[in-house]
Amino acid sequence: MDTPLIEFRDVTKRFDEKIVLDKASLSIYENQITTIIGKSGSGKSVLLKHIIGLLSPDEGDILFRGKPVNKMKRSEWDGYRSKISYMFQNNALFDSMSVFENIALPLRQTTDLSKKKIESMVMSRSEQMDLSDALNKYPAELSGGMQKRVALARALVTDPAIVLFDEPTTGQDPIRKNIILSMVAHYRKQFGFTAVLISHDIPDVFFISDRILLLWEGKIAFHGTYEELSRLKHPMIDEFLQSIEGLRDELTGLLSKEMFRSRYSQTLGGGSADNVITAILFRVHFERLSEALGHQAAIEVVKALGEYVHKYFGPLGGFSARHSRGRVFTILPRIGAEEAGLLMLEMAKGLQSNALPEIQASAGRRIGVEACFEISVSAGITEGGPDDDIELLIERAEENQKIIARYQCGKEDGSQ
Amino acid sequence: MGSATRNISFRIYLDSLGARTMKVIDRLGAVAIFFAFAFLKIFRRRQIGEIIQQVFYIGAKSSNIVMLVALFTGMVLGLQLFYTLIKFGSEGVLGSVVALTLIRELGPVLTAIMITARAGSAMTAEIGVLRISEQIDALYTMRIDPLRFLISPRIAASLISFPLLTAFFDLVGIIGGYLTGVLLLGVNRGAYFYRIHSYVDMTDIRGGFIKSLVFAVIVSVTCCYMGYFTHLRTDAYGAKSVSLSTTSAVVVSCVMILVSDYVVTSFLM
Repeated sequence: MDTPLIEFRDVTKRFDEKIVLDKASLSIYENQITTIIGKSGSGKSVLLKHIIGLLSPDEGDILFRGKPVNKMKRSEWDGYRSKISYMFQNNALFDSMSVFENIALPLRQTTDLSKKKIESMVMSRSEQMDLSDALNKYPAELSGGMQKRVALARALVTDPAIVLFDEPTTGQDPIRKNIILSMVAHYRKQFGFTAVLISHDIPDVFFISDRILLLWEGKIAFHGTYEELSRLKHPMIDEFLQSIEGLRDELTGLLSKEMFRSRYSQTLGGGSADNVITAILFRVHFERLSEALGHQAAIEVVKALGEYVHKYFGPLGGFSARHSRGRVFTILPRIGAEEAGLLMLEMAKGLQSNALPEIQASAGRRIGVEACFEISVSAGITEGGPDDDIELLIERAEENQKIIARYQCGKEDGSQ
Repeated sequence: MGSATRNISFRIYLDSLGARTMKVIDRLGAVAIFFAFAFLKIFRRRQIGEIIQQVFYIGAKSSNIVMLVALFTGMVLGLQLFYTLIKFGSEGVLGSVVALTLIRELGPVLTAIMITARAGSAMTAEIGVLRISEQIDALYTMRIDPLRFLISPRIAASLISFPLLTAFFDLVGIIGGYLTGVLLLGVNRGAYFYRIHSYVDMTDIRGGFIKSLVFAVIVSVTCCYMGYFTHLRTDAYGAKSVSLSTTSAVVVSCVMILVSDYVVTSFLM
């Protein structure tokens, strides 16, 4: 792997007698979203504050592109700091300044740009964050979600190479949480920065993360991809994920992953040969959707999909969970693939004739009736038996994906 | 009690006294460094706008209350001094006594105390809130030096506002003395102003202004320091720490104004 952009080597930090970071070592790579997870009070924010220099380690080294930051010359240190932005957990907006002044502050104070240029940069970021109507308001006059967007706009207005997000989704409702995470992923792609994120918002945060770091008792207990994390069977990771993951997925109301696994084991627990099951993997084509309709509409499609899946398959004994950001996985016990296929088509009709036009209409109002965009949902079916592993079923269902509902330029098109 | 026990008790007492003294010296050193850095940063770029804004908050917005206090102080001085001087048949020197009392002592001291109550407490509370809500950390992350952005303009504005408000205080106080001494109690109008002109010289005025500059440094540095380091308090956290810091800043500033007034006066005399 490449040289890490930022590296911690045996970093220790104590507050009085309490050891918060205990020889923590980690690597953050360029142009990736790295998510730090861990229990509350485990030192995640302390770790993030070390990166930007708000705190310094008692022992160990922090390296930027292989060079220890504590050995940098003043100009190098300034150059390093100029590349980083920090979005605080509580936003840290200046209450006595308007939204415009808050966003413009770093440009006014640290650059020699003209007034006109600063104004155009602030306006551009504000439009991207949907804040144009709030520029003359004060932070106290805004909702929590809007304040987050102002903080995000302020963090991004200087075009930083690295953005540190300290719990950007705290205190937000499930839809808003997903919108913020989608925004982080979207803007990361658009502006090309490296993101380091602290979040308790499991599983959603995993879906946008390239790498995950688990901070446990002052040390980095795990680092790797989400797939590696979900495959790894370690009591500490299981304990952590179970403690943080609820019984239900907040966004869709479907089962959480842990509950889904437990239900799957119970359903197939008898091990009888006639225990046939059918697995369906639904997928919303998220990226195209986000670009066309914005993050909120994309999240609404996933939510609608979850509701429809539950409505149709719940009474038949089916159970579902969100598998990734835009994927819902359903198990239908004692139903063969052929019968499940017919049920799925019926569900797809409802999805296409009700949910998608509704979303199209509301999004159309926002982006203009002439705009042409497409919403599509695909599904893959596979039949399995009692010995089949969930991951294997998902892989097989992924291979059989076909579009089952599509809405293009206001025209229904259910291709089966 | 044996002599050995007495010796140990005495040593413990000395240890504790030494530790407390070291803590005070340490704190004074920290305040001096804080002031030195903040003062030097007054002369950096992009400061004019912030300084003008702070002159408005600290100076212009305090002017009404300062002048009201000055008027009544002058009026009371006119009354009190008239009835004292008349015992010696010297009521003709009322103007000079009122003016010298105001210019040398009461003007700088009362102005400083009024600004401490009005603007100093606001400085501590505002900076304290910025600290506990991580807005000072946010400035640091945006590469904006919090000392330059928050503290230097307040110190500069205090250095500008204190002498100006002291001058206003002196002038309005003399007018207050005129109202009671001349208009109410019948002291000769010409004598009132003539005595002021004869007895007040530049040394008195310079001394008053030196005091007001010393008080400006004491008040602004104490109030800003207390707010800036409110998070380091060990006796309270959050909003409570801001409230305690504000109270401490006002009390310490007022005490330091009176102590330094004595020290400066003894040097000027």
